[in-house]
Amino acid sequence: MPELSPLIPLLIPIAGALGIQLTGRWENVREGVTMVTALALLLSVALGIAPSVLDPAVANPRWEGPTLVGGLQFLFVVEPLGLLYALVGAVLWIPNSVYSIGYMRGHHEQNQTRFYTCFALALASVMGIAFSGNLFTLFVFYEALSVVTFPLVTHHGSPEARKSGRVYVGILFGTSMLFFLFAIVGTYQLTGGRMDFAPGGILDTVGRGEQGLLFLLFMLGIGKAALMPFHFWLPAAMVAPTPVSALLHAVAVVKAGVFCVLKVSVYVFGPELVASPAIGDWLIYAASFTVVVASLVALYQDNLKRRLAYSTVGQLGYIVLAAALGTKLAVIGGGMHIVMHAFGKITLFFCAGAIYVATGKTKVSQLVGMGRQMPVTFLAFGVASLSIIGLPPLGGAWSKWYLGLGTLASTHPSVVFVFLLSSILNVAYLLPIAIRAFYLPPEDGKERGFAEAPWPCVAALSFTAAGSVALFFFPEPLYRLMQTVVAT
Amino acid sequence: MIAALRDDIPALIVLLPLLAALLTAMFGRGKTAWWIVALTCWSLLGLSLVLAQDVLASASGYVSYTFGPWADPVPVAGVGKVAPGIEYRVDALNAFLLVMISAIAAVVAPFARLSVRKEVPASLRHIFYAVFLLCITGLLGITITGDAFNLYVLLEISSLTTYALVAMGKNQDKRALTASYHYLILGTVGASFILIAIGYLFMVTGTLNMAEMARILSDPNLVEPGNRTVKTAFAMLVVGLGLKMALFPLHAWLPNAYTYAPTAVTALLASTATKVGVYATLRFFFTIFGPGYMLKSFANEAMLFMGCAAIVHGSLMAIQQDNVKRLLAWSSVAQIGYMAVGICLATERSLTGSLLHFFNHALVKGALFIAVGAVIYRAGSCKLDDLNGLFRRMPLTAFAIALGGLGLIGLPLTGGFVSKWFLVSAAIERKLWPVAFVILFGSVLAVVYVMRIVEPMVFGDPKAGPQVGKAPPTLILPAWVLCAGSFYCGVSGSGLRQLVEKAARQLLGGS
Repeated sequence: MPELSPLIPLLIPIAGALGIQLTGRWENVREGVTMVTALALLLSVALGIAPSVLDPAVANPRWEGPTLVGGLQFLFVVEPLGLLYALVGAVLWIPNSVYSIGYMRGHHEQNQTRFYTCFALALASVMGIAFSGNLFTLFVFYEALSVVTFPLVTHHGSPEARKSGRVYVGILFGTSMLFFLFAIVGTYQLTGGRMDFAPGGILDTVGRGEQGLLFLLFMLGIGKAALMPFHFWLPAAMVAPTPVSALLHAVAVVKAGVFCVLKVSVYVFGPELVASPAIGDWLIYAASFTVVVASLVALYQDNLKRRLAYSTVGQLGYIVLAAALGTKLAVIGGGMHIVMHAFGKITLFFCAGAIYVATGKTKVSQLVGMGRQMPVTFLAFGVASLSIIGLPPLGGAWSKWYLGLGTLASTHPSVVFVFLLSSILNVAYLLPIAIRAFYLPPEDGKERGFAEAPWPCVAALSFTAAGSVALFFFPEPLYRLMQTVVAT
Repeated sequence: MIAALRDDIPALIVLLPLLAALLTAMFGRGKTAWWIVALTCWSLLGLSLVLAQDVLASASGYVSYTFGPWADPVPVAGVGKVAPGIEYRVDALNAFLLVMISAIAAVVAPFARLSVRKEVPASLRHIFYAVFLLCITGLLGITITGDAFNLYVLLEISSLTTYALVAMGKNQDKRALTASYHYLILGTVGASFILIAIGYLFMVTGTLNMAEMARILSDPNLVEPGNRTVKTAFAMLVVGLGLKMALFPLHAWLPNAYTYAPTAVTALLASTATKVGVYATLRFFFTIFGPGYMLKSFANEAMLFMGCAAIVHGSLMAIQQDNVKRLLAWSSVAQIGYMAVGICLATERSLTGSLLHFFNHALVKGALFIAVGAVIYRAGSCKLDDLNGLFRRMPLTAFAIALGGLGLIGLPLTGGFVSKWFLVSAAIERKLWPVAFVILFGSVLAVVYVMRIVEPMVFGDPKAGPQVGKAPPTLILPAWVLCAGSFYCGVSGSGLRQLVEKAARQLLGGS
């Protein structure tokens, strides 16, 4: 049934969540259900949806729900940008599930059934966001993602987790209710009932001042993009178990934010409108500020996961910057950065979690000289660091290349210095970790033998690190996909 | 026989609970009282559903029912002929409210059985139920009547019975007496204003029939446009009705009354009593004075401001409460604000939003008070600390509270989302951006106070709270029914929408 196809990736994780609940008593069966679900999801996206999007002769898959009260309607339309985001989530869910098994068991976590259930539901929300065909559908799944990730963030139930949960819910719901919803209703009302996504934007009939106001509301409202000053939820969310930080708070949730930013700028406003000074200029400054300041803050974080979180804040700023600049190459670079950063950052988090499971260490200063003990982990960490910095032969090089080219082609070429400065800061806060682990003696001077984390953890982080390398050699499909986004 | 009865439904809707109240007072010893109440409430729901269908089907847009042999118009000096008798006139708005009130009563009734047994002493129970039915009579009567004085009388019936019900107090709490007395004073002040206003309108128009009043007031040949008596009446109505519906800053009676009343009473009143006040406001402002008159007056802007203030103040106060019942009561103050804002914006969208919010809030607040009542039934009180670990101790109750909370915030797929959507878009339609902002800000504040309830339920130590069993199904099922209703309204609710949109159009003078 082709007309149902956008729904299938949404329904698979929901069915998976039910299966996980039902089989919760038998650990191995439960994890089996997760793995099968993850594989089925990837297949349904890669084989069921991707071909029809890539083939220009076939119309994009589309599913219209019944009209709800008030003329609101669920609408799913697959387009290239959404496909890209969905693929990132679906591909990385598989190594992340393998990793989760190692981590959660190695760490003897409580409430694992709830953990896997919420995880599957989070992926369902991701698919909903990726394939949403109008702002209402987007908003519904955006909020759903906040709701289902709340139990994951507060998984430990400790006072610290409760406090972080409050920040998480407060900022994400606060911004989305106050600004995002406002912007959506405003768009609906001012355009006379439109809230679909159309190439070139839907706001032609709206006055200049109102366009600017809506843009401001949208960008403030998409709190998941972690634009300063609404980034506090992300470091707070690091209290969650590491697989959550890895897939959700380095990939799915934060990428939902920048995906929404890109989608709104490309399909609601249209790149031309965003590039006009009165509307998009402030965002260039805000995003540049976020990029630089987040990198500076990351330098001073001794907690490894918090350092990575601030690094994420900065890297998300790149993508927001791309949307604000609005040139074709910048948008291509932004889209590619969603993927490149995802592979790099998930690897870094996997490493952080592996170190924690194997040794209980959480601080950067404790990692000196540990390279011999966990060579695979630290090698992967080094590789992923290089990808985040944007050096060849790693995937991150491509996205930064296009971001740079896009910046030079824009009306604000000097922004390229922001990227350069940030890259230098990335070097400063990431590379020393791996280098010190290999080249300096351990803190206490004692040499320890080989002691890696459980094998599922190591396998997962090796896989994603290898992915970063592979993306350097095969970036072509990504580029082509993003080209179709900006071509229309 | 059935068909003949069908024509008399408007009368039956008021007579049935009135007679049942008498029966309960006389013969309601033991378990009979509850059965009379339950059967009455359920049949009322059936009757109002049938009536709503008749209204939707009728060509004129309303169903009219006249009492006694006074249907023929008589001449009145200065304004021509008017009908002297009492007329019940049910249009889409009335039908909508009748369905809402009777539905809530029908759902609260099963909950009341155990809850009342716990909170009200046996010797008072049959009296309690009799007064409870009288209160429903008053609420339904206000909603159905087409006669201004009749409305006043029924408003007083519902108010007086409410004072009595609040005074009976949860577990004979003495604070309930003060709360009731406070309410009595303020309620009576409000009623006096309303009575004087109706008197003034009668002076000018010579009739008490609302439709006739509207016709005469809108005719510039009969009443000159800037008539001072009419203006004074309007001002007095704003204050009097503001007190009845607890619109900020006239809300002082509400939090204590809701907190100390028996929980079944709170569940019924929170869902219906203030809404009836809002209904009376709609009826007077839109049907009698007309949207044009209202939009031109200063009172409209004042009420808009009061509504916004109610949203912010009510929510901020709710955030600070430790008693869950009181927290929810303050949240009601805020929700009234939403409805008032919808009324003052006076567009079809805003009225639809306001009316939908009536219904959604009734469902959600009813569900929350019932679920909290289940906690009280077991634990005896409902401080936030009593909720510690509730998800483990009473999972179904905790889930009902959490789902109700989502509806209160207005997350997508709950009814609250739809009504706020309408309200925000109406504010933007009128280019009142700050008002839209306040409406959404209220949602954010709701996140905070709902989180205050949810947090101890999820993270609290189950052993810290009172060690009690799960709630009996008859207590918790009504809450779940209402929660389900909230989600139904958020997703579908086409029949409801038809009724509400028709009501909004009729209020604005369309059909």
